[in-house]
Amino acid sequence: MTTSTPKRPPTRPWQFSLGDPRVAGLFWQILVVAIAVAIVAFLWSNALHNLSVRRISTGFAFLGREAGMPIADSWIDYTPKNNYLRAFIVGVVNTLRVAVIGIVLATVIGTLVGIARLSSNWLLARFAAVYVEVLRDLPLLLQLLFWYVLMQGLPAARQAWKPVEGVYLSNRGLILPSVPLHEANLWTILAVVAGLIVFYLVRRRLIAQQMLDGKARPAWPYALGLVVALPALVSWLLGASWSITLPELRGFNFVGGLTLAPEYFALLIALVTYTSAFIAEIVRSGIQAVPRGQSDAAKALGLKRSFVLQHIVLPQALRVIIPPMTSQYLNLTKNSSLAVAVGYQDIVSIANTTLNQTGQAIESIALIMMVFLTISLGISLFMNWYNARIALVER
Amino acid sequence: MSSVAHLPQDPLPIGPRPAPRVLGGQSTAWLRANLFPSIPSGIVTLLLLFVLGKACISLWQWGIANAVWIVPGNDSSACRALRGVGACWAVIPEKYRFILFGTYPFDEQWRPALVVVIFIALFVVSSRRSFWRKELFLLWAAALIAIGCLMWGGFLGLTFVTQDRWGGLPVTLILATFGLAFGFPLGILVALGRRSKLPAIRSLCVLYVELIRGVPLISLLFMASVMFPLFMPDGVNIDKLLRAQIAFILYAGAYLAEVVRGGLQAVPRGQYEAADALGLSYWEKNALIVLPQAIRHVIPPLVNTFIAFFKDTSLVLIIGIFDLLTTAKTAIVDPAWQAFSVEVYVFVGVIYFVFCFAMSRYSRGLEAQRTSG
Repeated sequence: MTTSTPKRPPTRPWQFSLGDPRVAGLFWQILVVAIAVAIVAFLWSNALHNLSVRRISTGFAFLGREAGMPIADSWIDYTPKNNYLRAFIVGVVNTLRVAVIGIVLATVIGTLVGIARLSSNWLLARFAAVYVEVLRDLPLLLQLLFWYVLMQGLPAARQAWKPVEGVYLSNRGLILPSVPLHEANLWTILAVVAGLIVFYLVRRRLIAQQMLDGKARPAWPYALGLVVALPALVSWLLGASWSITLPELRGFNFVGGLTLAPEYFALLIALVTYTSAFIAEIVRSGIQAVPRGQSDAAKALGLKRSFVLQHIVLPQALRVIIPPMTSQYLNLTKNSSLAVAVGYQDIVSIANTTLNQTGQAIESIALIMMVFLTISLGISLFMNWYNARIALVER
Repeated sequence: MSSVAHLPQDPLPIGPRPAPRVLGGQSTAWLRANLFPSIPSGIVTLLLLFVLGKACISLWQWGIANAVWIVPGNDSSACRALRGVGACWAVIPEKYRFILFGTYPFDEQWRPALVVVIFIALFVVSSRRSFWRKELFLLWAAALIAIGCLMWGGFLGLTFVTQDRWGGLPVTLILATFGLAFGFPLGILVALGRRSKLPAIRSLCVLYVELIRGVPLISLLFMASVMFPLFMPDGVNIDKLLRAQIAFILYAGAYLAEVVRGGLQAVPRGQYEAADALGLSYWEKNALIVLPQAIRHVIPPLVNTFIAFFKDTSLVLIIGIFDLLTTAKTAIVDPAWQAFSVEVYVFVGVIYFVFCFAMSRYSRGLEAQRTSG
């Protein structure tokens, strides 16, 4: 028996004409890259010329200069005497404040509305459908201006609308009771977070052990210990006080409590309701994508309703839901830039003011883009990691 | 034959069980099945009915019963007397010309009105399947040219109107339509480039799509309005509306490219290979075999992208271009009517809603057709 090594495919000699796909490929690539480089070079030389004519210096040195711009709503210490860098940081924090809280609320409301659309209760399903249709078909900016106008039309602080003790809604915004955060409280919150992380690891090990011998090991004692007892102990040892401060009306304004400024509140409502309509549709289609046979079979096995939903329908629906959900989270984050329309000072608004004050157009817009690209990248990385974790493993 | 007698007789066929008797008539049955199937569901229904009833009554009282429809002259005192109790729809007849057409010369406003009609006719024709032929491209070209002529004027006795006086609904429609008309071919090219085997072209396309999709649209608009002049040689001064239009084309191109790419991925490999085997060139292969199939796959998501894009044109408000939303916002700067922005926003909202809802219904119809056929 003769063993012949497989013959290598013949390599064709290069033909130097556009008929050869390799030559054609090279030609087109060089052409396209050359055009792109030429355009960029043209724009860049124009920019350099224009900047020198207008005497605008380039570079990020301006970040160290005094900003002199007032920022009404800020979670970190800031005065107009601080420099531009600090103003930018305030802007990033404000953007994140809208984006993170908005994503959480929109997910909750969207999921509820999506499930409501599938309800057997006709009226509830219709309500959800109208909610989705109306919010999806109106521009977000229009909705944002609408909410802002409504906020401004609210009664003044003295006649504030008071649905519950300690909660006031007026044209100063929404004022909520708050818990002042001392050092001890922060440590307690840190303990909760640490407890959650450790609990997550423990639970993973318990499940792995169950996979080996099939014995179910309850996780709740660990949860009780790590997430409840440990923080309670920390809180008690450090003597944290959890007194709630109720806001009070003194003179023309409120003292104490947590104030959500009208601008922030309007932006949050608009983003949350708008995005929740899209999320509702995603959740609905995700649940509908799970074949009925799955839940029927589970019911036939005599499994409990909650178990069926939690362990059979939702895990399969999530696979369909997560990828489009990621883009909704990205959209919400990017849409938070509309803050500039109602005067809430997010990163875009602050960069825009900086641009007008200093003329550093290229740097300011580059900063906006960098911030958003970083946030977007972070969200997609996290969601892709989560998606890979829940994805169907086909063997 | 008597032996037959003791054979078991064919049993009498058992007829269908009579339908369960329903208390009350048909409508009661429907109510029971859909509104009160269980106690918790019934409670939800009652709660919703209560909320709905309250909302309807207060809306009726505010929007219709107590509303002011017409006021004499420019006098809003009757409205202000009713503030908070009734709506002031009188602001709409007072301001609708401004909201719809902005500062376009008053006597010439039949021209933008005609433009709006042409746009709507164009959309209706394009949505009919029987018109999806090559001639449609010619129709589009003709219509877009006609629109340009009507808006600018300057010939045949039409007075010339500069771009900074355009406003309102025509501007919204122009931004959206031209953005899509140019962004769509751009998107197709980029989608093809992104799937190309040539690394340099592919990475350029990826860079373009990811950069544009990664940042908010308004940062692109800021770029167009603030940075663009910096990048132009001396003496070249491009109008603000055109700059925004370019930003919109680039933006639409990136988003449409991703939709088209999804369609390209759905075309089976055999189609490409068969085209190659026939000796078709790259462009012939894509134009005749691949793209028609790819685009057919993604028509519903394309329409959804169109809807999103139509709504997003309202963002030009931030850089001060007079689209429909900007004219609405400007209309209520007038001190006499300042307090009645809600009514104006409702009016503009209805216009946006009609366009978007029509598109979304259309997209749903297409989807139903596809799944059934």
